[in-house]
Amino acid sequence: MTLTTAPAPENIPLRPSSGLTNGRLPGWAPWGILAIAAVVSGILFLFVAVGAGAEFNVAGWAIVTAVLYLVLITVLSSVVEGSRKAVDRLVTGVVSAAFLLAMVPLVSVAWTVISNGVAGLSAEFFSSSMRNVVGEGGGALHAIMGTILITLAAAVISIPIGLFTAIYLIEYGSGRRLARGITFFVDVMTGIPSIVAGLFAYALFALFFGPGIRSGIMGAIALSVLMIPVVVRSTEEMLRLVPNELREASYALGVPKWLTIVKVVLPTSIAGIVTGIMLSISRVIGETAPLLVTAGFTASMNYNLFDGRMMTLPVFVYTQYMNQGIPQHAYVDRAWAAALVLILFVMLLNLVGRLIAKVFAPKMGR
Amino acid sequence: MTTTSAPAVKARQRPGDRWFSGTALGAGIMILVTLAAVAVFLIAQSVPALTATNETSTIISSNFWDYVWPLLFGTVWAAFLALIMAVPLSISVALFISHYAPRRLASTLGYIVDLLAAVPSVVFGLWGIGVLAPAVQPVYGWFVENAGWFPLFAGPVSSTGRTIFTAAIVLAVMVVPIITAICREIFLQTPRLHEEAALALGATRWEMIRMAVFPFGRSGIVSASMLGLGRALGETMAVAMVLSATGVISFKLFTPENPSTIAANIALTFPEAYGINVNVLIATGLILFVVTFGVNAIARWIVNRRKEFSGAN
Repeated sequence: MTLTTAPAPENIPLRPSSGLTNGRLPGWAPWGILAIAAVVSGILFLFVAVGAGAEFNVAGWAIVTAVLYLVLITVLSSVVEGSRKAVDRLVTGVVSAAFLLAMVPLVSVAWTVISNGVAGLSAEFFSSSMRNVVGEGGGALHAIMGTILITLAAAVISIPIGLFTAIYLIEYGSGRRLARGITFFVDVMTGIPSIVAGLFAYALFALFFGPGIRSGIMGAIALSVLMIPVVVRSTEEMLRLVPNELREASYALGVPKWLTIVKVVLPTSIAGIVTGIMLSISRVIGETAPLLVTAGFTASMNYNLFDGRMMTLPVFVYTQYMNQGIPQHAYVDRAWAAALVLILFVMLLNLVGRLIAKVFAPKMGR
Repeated sequence: MTTTSAPAVKARQRPGDRWFSGTALGAGIMILVTLAAVAVFLIAQSVPALTATNETSTIISSNFWDYVWPLLFGTVWAAFLALIMAVPLSISVALFISHYAPRRLASTLGYIVDLLAAVPSVVFGLWGIGVLAPAVQPVYGWFVENAGWFPLFAGPVSSTGRTIFTAAIVLAVMVVPIITAICREIFLQTPRLHEEAALALGATRWEMIRMAVFPFGRSGIVSASMLGLGRALGETMAVAMVLSATGVISFKLFTPENPSTIAANIALTFPEAYGINVNVLIATGLILFVVTFGVNAIARWIVNRRKEFSGAN
């Protein structure tokens, strides 16, 4: 964490020297001060905890340690090294603390979901629906099936559209006004709130089939509105990475343009494209709001995308938690278990996607 | 990219070529049509709501605008609070990853932050109710007791901790990875020579960042924040679950009386809505669409002036 320059000046530790050079804290100083701060605030909180008979306050301890460290290092450094270096050390501390702070929710979410979710996992959870289940028992099979079906349908709709749009943008339209317009609107589309996508699908179907309609395919359409821009963007980036020499070599051999795209450009970039698609699936598989509005919720299995309400995992989590019955823990356990399964889905898609990108990355140059 | 030989001879158009380019063009136009359709269908379904009164619709107390106004206020207020927390944090995290962390760890750390973006919002909702709200409730109590004279902290304190401020914290957690990802990309694009020049002149690392990295990335930071704002405005489930809303207009952070947000209100009310109520909810969705569209368009416009970075992936 320290900026060690040139031969370490060993003979001027902790002593401000006059003239052109400044004093310098030894390399271990930040860590030492951090340890001192941790111990001091630890003792402080231990006394408070023992005195009040309460538990040791971990959050308070971490905060006090951080503040104590920042104050100590700034003061010490400004005495020894001068104010400019002190500010630098202060910022280093603040930035590192910010990163740790950002990690807190991630660790906390992961820990809570795993520790609460394991309790609800059982063979029954994966093998039965909620039909005729009141209270304990039952499972999320209908929700898992629904999520898989709806996400698949969304993928079937979005992948061709996204892929072809990206091909148009890179291979055919570069520089044209239409292409620039599409790029701009695709970017804006990435920011559409998910609930608005759901309302759009509902409005579309309500106009033709009357109000109050719910079905899986509506959910799929809502999800593809969210998914298409992500597919377009990632595919576009990947197509752009394909070296132009490959295309030109193919043209020189008299291969038509479309065959060049199919046989040369796409195979070269297929790993990146697959990664982008998997990441986009992992993005929409966890969407709740659009499905709540379009696919609705039900307790029964439904394999038919085009008829009737369909349960999905995120909506299952939501309904189980928000409409708790008796006994309460059965509903809460199911909610957490489904949340765990959902997170595992998402993480798996993420990891596999990134692995594909790593392993099958196009070989540039030779 | 075209096969030009002599100007007079045009490349032969094979049927395959025509078919393929036509499909590609069609897909591109399809996206524009979809976006237009989103706008058109939402408008078509919201028209009846604009004239709705408390006689025709059961969820409206006087007229449509009186219904929307508190929701719009809540949406903007929650997003604003979230951004105040998220922007400085994201910039720091992005700086940490791009300029402070050991080189070899940097991409892994970036990936870990991206994982945060992959967590479904409904899980954040569960976490907000189950972990965050109980954890921050004592802190709220302390603030109300000791700093209650400050208007934002005025009591009474919420006993569950499910206030607008808790919702804003959850929103902040959800937008941090988005803002961080874009800021990180921009910080990494700072010309190496600028940084090395600053260091060579004797600047400390922080001075180098202030003199070389921030001026270069300023427009990027602004647009990243606006993209985060767009996400915070439209986030639904986390707010719907965490916030216990009563639909008042109030700036107070810690009380049990909180304004709701448009998106959360739709998610909570829509499943049971019927008749003209559905149109009213769709109309509120249209307003949300217009607001986020505007915010995103401005952000993209700023980004597009500097072509290289975009936050879509």
